[in-house]
Amino acid sequence: MKHGDLSSALLDASRHVDVHMSPEGAGMVCVDCHVGNRHEWPGSRYHGTISDTSRQRPGMRNTDILACNSCHTSAPHEALSVKGSKLNDHIDRVACQTCHIPEFAKGGVATKTWWDWSTAGKLKDGKPYSEVDENGRDIYLTIKGDFRWGEDVVPEYEFWDGIVEYTLLGDKIDPSGIVGINRIGGGPDQPGSLIFPFKRMLGKQAYDEINQYLIQSNVYGPEGDTALWSNYNWDKALSAGMAGSDLPYSGKFGFVETEMWWPTTHMVAPANEALKCSACHARDGRLAKLAGFYLPGRDGFTLTDRIGLWLLAMTLAGVALHAGLRILSRRRDNREG
Amino acid sequence: MAERQYVKIFTRFERFWHWSQALLVLALLFTGARLHGLIGGMYWGQAFRLHLIAAGLIILLWIFAIFWHFTTGAWQHYIPTLRNLVPVIRYYAYGIFRGEAHPAKPTIHRKHNPLQRLSYLFLKLVINPAIWATGILYLTVNLTGLDLQTVAWLHVVSAYAMAIFVVIHVYMATTGDTPTAYVKAMTTGYEWVVVEEDAAGG
Ligand code: HEC
Ligand code: HEC
Ligand code: HEC
Ligand code: HEC
Repeated sequence: MKHGDLSSALLDASRHVDVHMSPEGAGMVCVDCHVGNRHEWPGSRYHGTISDTSRQRPGMRNTDILACNSCHTSAPHEALSVKGSKLNDHIDRVACQTCHIPEFAKGGVATKTWWDWSTAGKLKDGKPYSEVDENGRDIYLTIKGDFRWGEDVVPEYEFWDGIVEYTLLGDKIDPSGIVGINRIGGGPDQPGSLIFPFKRMLGKQAYDEINQYLIQSNVYGPEGDTALWSNYNWDKALSAGMAGSDLPYSGKFGFVETEMWWPTTHMVAPANEALKCSACHARDGRLAKLAGFYLPGRDGFTLTDRIGLWLLAMTLAGVALHAGLRILSRRRDNREG
Repeated sequence: MAERQYVKIFTRFERFWHWSQALLVLALLFTGARLHGLIGGMYWGQAFRLHLIAAGLIILLWIFAIFWHFTTGAWQHYIPTLRNLVPVIRYYAYGIFRGEAHPAKPTIHRKHNPLQRLSYLFLKLVINPAIWATGILYLTVNLTGLDLQTVAWLHVVSAYAMAIFVVIHVYMATTGDTPTAYVKAMTTGYEWVVVEEDAAGG
């Protein structure tokens, strides 16, 4: 599964795996959430709804839009308790999913975290082969390359405004860094952005070294001998693949490291497994790498703290000095009678 | 020199107020340092809860104390005075090492020396309100839409001021006739004081 949060584990899930779909939980099915007014399926990979901002009427759900707060309201925690009201205060900054999906790829079904196409095509004794790890998962396939898998994966966190842009065939890339197959919009200062959990899928894909764009191969096709999966020859497969597009292909190819962002929205854990305060409010917490905003417990005030602690230390030193002098002078007085 | 007597100068309320405030301030300083990431030793969420409980209690205590100060007239002990201020400063900087007598021993009508008056007044009019106000702003930052970082900074700066006050105050408490004399007085309420017949110092 490429999706880290949608897998067969949802079909008979424990509450730990998914509170909504578990028979011991809410016992819901996909269409309980994905109801479409006009035969549309709310929930898209191109434009996510991170929060339902339509006017909410009690007991009514706007079925054109799907977000957690469509059902739970935007203040789902006990408003009269300090904890609950503080949790509610987070909602303008932190997506529900961030706290409520501490891990994805739960329930024993792993998700692919790495897919390296560059190694595809190796043969053993002239034949394609595969390797599996101790859990029986493919880690090498001649037709697909190397894989790595993850279970109970901790998401990556980024600000997101719900917009995902895909690198299209022909878009220029910079092969010196990691190339984004997609990019997520939003940032700490952009209104409407929330901290959201993602699966960041990494891998390697073919690109045209001269034209500097990602290229497609013909992996499987009726042409037979040009398809990667029948002759394991990248040259031919890429030429055939690109011939099917309008773009020129220089014939020189290499592999670049790629990343792809998958928003995580299923596999909501039971409330008691939601992230604890210290998962974020800590120097080395889950949000350690996310910059551009003040997070109590993670961020200090470098200069102010230095001055404050220095003054405090000076005060202690002054007090110690004063005490020392008092003791000395008392001794002297005692000796002098 | 006027006669000194062992009399009660701190009422039950004053002592209760002093020690519960001391406990709450220490609790707030330590949980606050934990929340700010300066020390460890406790979950952040636990520290947050304790910090808010202590903050709620101390505000309640302050409200009682303010009420008490005005109804009993005890606020007059904090009226700043320049009289005798310089000798007192000179005493702590020099005379104390020479075994000189304190230039402003407490009397029934003047429980605090001029330096104490100034520093307690500073505590009550500057540090406490700063902590209180910035703390409330912090708690409601999501409602008011103020900048979190600015509010947090103001609160932290007030907290450093409080920490420094506490260190000096605790040390000054050891400068009585014996190192524990003042602490004893604040605990039992009784102290050797000058009982003036004329109340001129009042
Ligand atoms: C508890 C409610 C809920 C249930 C049950 C649910 N979903 Fe979703 N799903 C959502 C939400 C919320 C989104 C995000 C909507 C958006 O971004 O617009 C979403 C998004 C999606 C997306 C698009 C985003 C992506 O991750 O690719 C797909 C596909 C999807 N769901 C499939 C399913 C399937 C299949 C099932 C049943 C196995 C299912 N969902 C069950 C709430 C639910
Ligand atoms: C279609 C409506 C619907 C949507 C959309 C929905 N939920 Fe729920 N949710 C429910 C229902 C129903 C329950 C079960 C309530 C119960 O058992 O008390 C529930 C329960 C929960 C619980 C409580 C579990 C517990 O341990 O008590 C959490 C947490 C939760 N949802 C989070 C979310 C998050 C996060 C999202 C968005 C990804 C979401 N929900 C989307 C309907 C929904
Ligand atoms: C900062 C983290 C955080 C965010 C953001 C967050 N939650 Fe929660 N949520 C929690 C925690 C922690 C609990 C458990 C509460 C407790 O232990 O008192 C919880 C409890 C719940 C419950 C169970 C309610 C109950 O009273 O038992 C639901 C439902 C829920 N959250 C839904 C949501 C939805 C919907 C959103 C987004 C609008 C959301 N949460 C955002 C941390 C969060
Ligand atoms: C998913 C990470 C996350 C978790 C879990 C989390 N927080 Fe936060 N918290 C944040 C972020 C991000 C901010 C900064 C919000 C902003 O910039 O408005 C914040 C800000 C705060 C603030 C200051 C701003 C305000 O609105 O008061 C307090 C207080 C706070 N959190 C308390 C808590 C408590 C208490 C818990 C546990 C019950 C908790 N947080 C759990 C991420 C988290």
